[in-house]
Parts: sequence; structure tokens; C-alpha cells
Amino acid sequence: MAIYKDIMETIHMLEKEHLDIRTTTMGISLLDCFGRDHKESARRVYDKITRLAQNLVTTADSVGDEYGIQIVNKRISVTPIALANASTTEEWLLYAHALDDAAKAVGVDIIGGFSALVHKGCTVSDESFIEAIPYALAETTNMCSSINLGSTRSGINLDAVKKMGPMIKKTAYLTRDTNSFGCAKFVAFANAVEDNPFMAGAFHGVGEAENVINVGVSGPGVVKTALQGLDHATADEIAETIKQTAFKITRAGQLIGREVSARLGIPFGILDLSLAPTPAIGDSVAEILEVMGLERCGAHGSTAALAMLTDAVKKGGIMASGHVGGLSGAFIPVSEDNRMIAAAEDGCLTFDKLEAMTSVCSVGLDMIAIPGDTPDDTISAMIADEAAIGVINNKTTAVRVIPVYGMKAGDTADWGGLFGSSPVMEVNQFDSSRFIQRGGRIPAPVHSFKN
Amino acid sequence: MKAIITVIGRDQVGIMYGVSGVLQRLGVNIEDVTQTIMQEYFTMLMLVRIDEEKATLRQVSDALNELGEEKGLSIRVQKEEIFDTMHKI
Repeated sequence: MAIYKDIMETIHMLEKEHLDIRTTTMGISLLDCFGRDHKESARRVYDKITRLAQNLVTTADSVGDEYGIQIVNKRISVTPIALANASTTEEWLLYAHALDDAAKAVGVDIIGGFSALVHKGCTVSDESFIEAIPYALAETTNMCSSINLGSTRSGINLDAVKKMGPMIKKTAYLTRDTNSFGCAKFVAFANAVEDNPFMAGAFHGVGEAENVINVGVSGPGVVKTALQGLDHATADEIAETIKQTAFKITRAGQLIGREVSARLGIPFGILDLSLAPTPAIGDSVAEILEVMGLERCGAHGSTAALAMLTDAVKKGGIMASGHVGGLSGAFIPVSEDNRMIAAAEDGCLTFDKLEAMTSVCSVGLDMIAIPGDTPDDTISAMIADEAAIGVINNKTTAVRVIPVYGMKAGDTADWGGLFGSSPVMEVNQFDSSRFIQRGGRIPAPVHSFKN
Repeated sequence: MKAIITVIGRDQVGIMYGVSGVLQRLGVNIEDVTQTIMQEYFTMLMLVRIDEEKATLRQVSDALNELGEEKGLSIRVQKEEIFDTMHKI
């Protein structure tokens, strides 16, 4: 009975290989909530979120139960809050608290969208928004923030990039009691996508519908197991196996996503198939690279192996779902992946190698602890580098670094739970400030003559 | 509603009897069964049809979980579609 073989394969994926639906994220447009009176607008934001998302958690849980697949996170993404056009930190904090309180009221894990899109320039309101971010991250627990600083169409807004270093350092200082955890809730993007269900970078783009359900599926453990035993397989055979595995995982996510969306009466948006590791043993992206034949993630060959993995995952996923979107690929967050942590501790995985790997992974420099005294301009320069990789190569890139207050290279910062722990990584000591302080805009790249 | 029940655990007398007893009580019809012993673990897969007027999937699942805890078995009840969609184009 072929079907029973398939059933056992699925059961094995669920029981042993951590196959799960990583997140069901409800996108909510808040454009109709914003007005001149910010107190009133923040109240409308709270009311709208709590009204639309009140059944999200129970519905997702019961669908998960019936199909026997756990939906690990329930999340909400909202319209970038910077569009509310406020002008003082106090006003922005009203919105931050409205989002955080609403998330807690409906029981979701995280809400994203305390965000601004400034890839070409900042409005007056955007500038005050950026100043408010450290306070918003320090005063809330379940809210994430992001900023889009560049795009392939418009280049890189270096004026805004310049502000990121001081802003991130301030966040690190304000949340110093929790190993600067505030910084783990902030992402600096280039080419941000409007329908990403994964945190910390999720927001509900202005081109999106009123209300939508996006689903993020993961499953690095499933891919790893599929590759084990392929000791003498060629690269093409490995790519093919990854593709087929990604197909199966995506199908499961598509079914669950559609069911949640049907029961809530909210349209299904996209499915994001991203291999997202967790600190759990066997749920690691770095381990896939090890199974492919690298002694450690970060060894020479890592970029090639990761490129093949990311591409094969996309190919399998696209075939399996009507609407694949978001980031879809492989995430390499250092602190959330136990084999990546091991590689960083061994000195095999360095900051520079990670940067190279981000040119082929699905996002960027993610969950990397750096020394607390890293200069502001050095952090801005990291962000500029990463944005350049994204803008030139027409892909999404992001930076989520944590300059852990009071820690130096070699120390270990622990954030607990899904965020894991990370050795503080060494960064380049040479100065980048004269370049960063120039400000201005890096022009949009040419779209022809690609070499 | 069609569902797949998987029972995995150490082999012992009365597993089949216990499971089918619970199903009979809840009006669940067994359409197909296969079972094997893999590495001394008893593994059984059942294709069943749940009559939703008599019991919900949740009730069937809860009742079987109770049995599972009593006998030290892992019992899962899942809608059939999940297996179909994952393995068919």
C-alpha cells in the first residue's frame, strides 16, 4: 500500500524532524485608522486589530490539531506605522503601545509593522519615527520594528543608514538589562517585501489588501534527514532531493494556510517557504550544510552549498503552492541555530563569511551579537554593505545585529527561547565613519550589463 | 470525514481491541487497516470515516489519546487530506 508508506513518511517528519508550520501571520491594513488626533488613532488601531484577530489563535490551534501539524507562532503584521504621520516620540509611543497591547489582548506571539519605508528619502515624520524606535522597543515586549533603507529601483538612502548605527546602539543601551534584546526586535532592510510573514521584519505593505492570511513554513530537519544517506550523491541529486522535500513541506503549509483563511473568512495571501532554524537539536540550517559535506558551516564551500539549498527550496516551493511569496529560501540567524553557534564558537564562522553567505541566502546578517562598544558608524557601515548586496543583486537583504551592552568579543549573550544565544563575534576594527558621514543617496544601479 | 489514525508503541495484547472498541463506541467506521511490527514497535495505520453527527474529530482524538496514555501508545488522528496533498501533485 503506497499510501501507507507516504503516511509513515509524514508521521516521521512530524515526530522526529520538527516539521511544523512556523507561523500564521494575519496582515491587517491600518490605513483607515490614521487621523490627526494620535490618541484617537492609536485607539482605532487597537480596536481594529483586536476585532479582526480575536479568533486567530484559537482557529490556528484547532486547524493544527485536526491535521496533526503544530502551528508554532501566531502573528500579526500591520501597515507601516510611520504612515500615521505623527511628529513626537510621545505620539509614536501611543502607537507602539496600541500594537503591543493589541497583540497581548488577542494572544499572538509577536506583532510586526512598527516600520518605515525610507528607501529613497525620509519625510519629517519618518525622521521623528526613527528617533522614537529605541524607546518603542524598550517599552514594549511583543512588538517588532523594521526600516527599509534601499531598493534596487531607488538605490540606498545613506542619510537614513547613517542614523541606524546610533539608533541601534541606543536601543542596546535602553535594553541593557536583557542583553540588549531590543535590538533583536529590529531589522534594517533593503528591498523589503510587503507580504513577509516572518519576524522581526513582517509588515503589511500598502499594496496589500485590507486583511490577509500569510503562512510561513519551515523544516530544516526534514531536509537534513532527506539528505542523510545520500553519501555518494552528486550535487544535482542533492538539489533534486531538496526540491522534492521542499515540495512536500510546502503542500502541508498550503493546506493549513488555506484552511485557516477559510475558517476566518479572510483571503489567503502567500506561503513563505523559508528554512528557519530554531535552537532545538535537529532544527538547524547549518547542519544541512554539514550533511552536504562541510566540516562546519563557514568553511570554504559554505556559500556554494547555501546557494544550492536556497535555490532548490524555492524551486520545490513554487511548484507546490499557488502563491509563494515573502522571503522563501533559507535563513541563517546565528543565535537561533545550534550548529551555527557551534561554528561561531569554533572560530570557523566569522562575520565576513556570514556577509558572503547573505548574498545567496534568503535574507541577511541575522541575530549576530557584536561587541557593545562597536562604533555607531561601523554598524551603519555593516548595514550599508548588506543593503548594497541586496540592491545590486535584486534581492532582499537585512541586518539584525545586537551590539550587546557591556560585552566584548568572545562573551556569550543569551536571550532564551526561540532567540537562542550567541557568542559575541569580532568585527572589523578599522574606521568607516568618513564614508558613512557623507550621507546622501547611493544611486540606483544599472539594470543591464550584469556581470 | 475521512481521517487517518496512526498507533505506534510497544507491542502488547489488546491494542486492536482497545482502539476498535473506542471507535465502535463513537460510531467511527474502519475502512482499511494495516499493521506491522517494526523494531519491536507495533505500528498500525487505519483509514476511518468519522460520522460527524455522532462524534467530532476532536472527540475521537481525545478518546484515543486517553487510551494511548493508559496503554503507553502514541495515537494520532489526522484528517486524510494532509497526506494526500503532501504526496500527490
